[in-house]
Amino acid sequence: MSLDTATVKRIASLARIRLEAEEVGRMQAELNGILGWIEQLQAVDTEGVEPMAGGAPEGQPAMRMREDKVTDGDLHEAVLANAPDRMGAYFGVPKVVE
Amino acid sequence: MRPTDYTLKGALDALASGETTSVQLTEAFLDAIARLNPRLNAFITVTGEQALEAAKASDARRAAGQAGPLEGAPIAIKDLFCTAGTQTTAGSAILRGFVPPYESTVSANLLRDGAVFLGKVNLDEFAMGSSNSTSAYGPVENPWSRANDPDTRLVPGGSSGGSAAAVAARLALGATATDTGGSIRQPAAFCGIAGIKPTYGRCSRYGIVAFASSLDQAGPVARTVEDCAILLRSMAGFDPRDATSADLPVPDFAAACGRSVKGLRIGVPKEYRLDNMPPEIEALWQQGLQWLRDEGAETIEISLPHTKYALPTYYVVAPAEASSNLARYDGVRFGMREVAPGGDLRDLYERTRAKGFGQEVRRRIMIGTYVLSAGYYDAYYLKAQKVRALIRRDFEQAWGKVDAIVTPATPSAAFGMDEKQDDPVTMYLNDVFTVTANLAGLPGIAVPAGLDASGLPLGLQVIGKPFDEETCFSVGAAIERAADFTALPGIRA
Repeated sequence: MSLDTATVKRIASLARIRLEAEEVGRMQAELNGILGWIEQLQAVDTEGVEPMAGGAPEGQPAMRMREDKVTDGDLHEAVLANAPDRMGAYFGVPKVVE
Repeated sequence: MRPTDYTLKGALDALASGETTSVQLTEAFLDAIARLNPRLNAFITVTGEQALEAAKASDARRAAGQAGPLEGAPIAIKDLFCTAGTQTTAGSAILRGFVPPYESTVSANLLRDGAVFLGKVNLDEFAMGSSNSTSAYGPVENPWSRANDPDTRLVPGGSSGGSAAAVAARLALGATATDTGGSIRQPAAFCGIAGIKPTYGRCSRYGIVAFASSLDQAGPVARTVEDCAILLRSMAGFDPRDATSADLPVPDFAAACGRSVKGLRIGVPKEYRLDNMPPEIEALWQQGLQWLRDEGAETIEISLPHTKYALPTYYVVAPAEASSNLARYDGVRFGMREVAPGGDLRDLYERTRAKGFGQEVRRRIMIGTYVLSAGYYDAYYLKAQKVRALIRRDFEQAWGKVDAIVTPATPSAAFGMDEKQDDPVTMYLNDVFTVTANLAGLPGIAVPAGLDASGLPLGLQVIGKPFDEETCFSVGAAIERAADFTALPGIRA
């Protein structure tokens, strides 16, 4: 399967990455190169195979639930410390509601 | 002895006997960094003053009889580990100036045990790469060069290229690294040092900038197998803040380095014999197997039939996870922000991410977004997860016959900084021998084992059973002893 330019633009939009008009062709060629190479997976017989989710090998102790309680708090200064546009106790963004 | 010539073990012994102090060691490494880093570019941030303060405090702890297992040892931290109060970039422009308010668990464990941090080392952007050429802070140079072509500058491998180059050039006793598809083992092999990716879950991922969460794992690089064992023991351990970290005791890995390999069954996967593999890599592999037979191990040919599908599987799973993980870089809460006059919030996101991410990262986010998108999820992502299950099953079946698997670490020695940069897929093939251990969650260690015809280091890899890093260390140390690898890079402290 080969991606057309409209699909490349749609993916960029889903990924929230601005793609300039002159970049579309190159990105399209690179993505199609990679996807063409990935295509070989279709040759593998995976009938009845349970997909592997997560990275744990066989034998890893099962994940467990932690206790449902608050473990920290009062961290707003630390949380806001790296904000590119801090406005008081908030993150500043362009106006979204007129 | 010059302080920068110590192994980690040697330095810890010298500190214990009073032959040297942490301040002396730290000053020597900072001096070496000042002289060589302008060329190698291994460090993004050098924390000299903090390191000297930490070294003084360490010497005081030792004098008070409170020395930890790594007391006073100067090491480097890959700039993917969050370090409280010290800039952490992940090699990306989008995180330039980001100062984490918290410490990663792995680096906190190292501080707990007395290690001194010299600074943060370079890497491929968000750990995506095999040559350390995608860093927004410039490429890292390998301290080795070809004997017959000394002017061609070589890559250190990636993504932990700064970690490997710093240790090989003796700018640190050891370094933290991470491995998602080979990012510890490939640079270790390219730089003539040792490096281990432990079992998935052995080290906590808390505070490590996420790339592909089901594949990422932290581990050390160091000059010897034993040094890696010492570092890993401090780095590893259960952490309630990472739900995937394993609640298992951490063994004394260094003790395993001295264990005999007599009677061990060593698997030799026939699918790892590539058609166009350089003959010297095939010869080194055979030599390594002979060394192990000489020590009483048995070598057995095995089959891992889905090996050829490992890289394409990885290049679905890893970009998919990356596209989700990297969604957090939105220009709002931390990191770079790019705005146009009058632009809305969506425009802010799109401009910030276009400017903040480099080419390779953008490419992988695009691939990941596509394979997860409606209509393609089953054909790509679900299919890859099923093939991944088959790759894991190949190994499970092999463990019925063998105790460890030995393969080459890389399909070539280090290449030139301007080679393999044109086609992404050519670059991806670097990880052909290492990526299977990530997909199956297994431990793998790379050990320097010989030189190619132009005098560049080549490594062998030992893959172990889940949570059996000890056998990796035993077999790795046996290869290390037999190889007696004493060659040194041209650029070193």
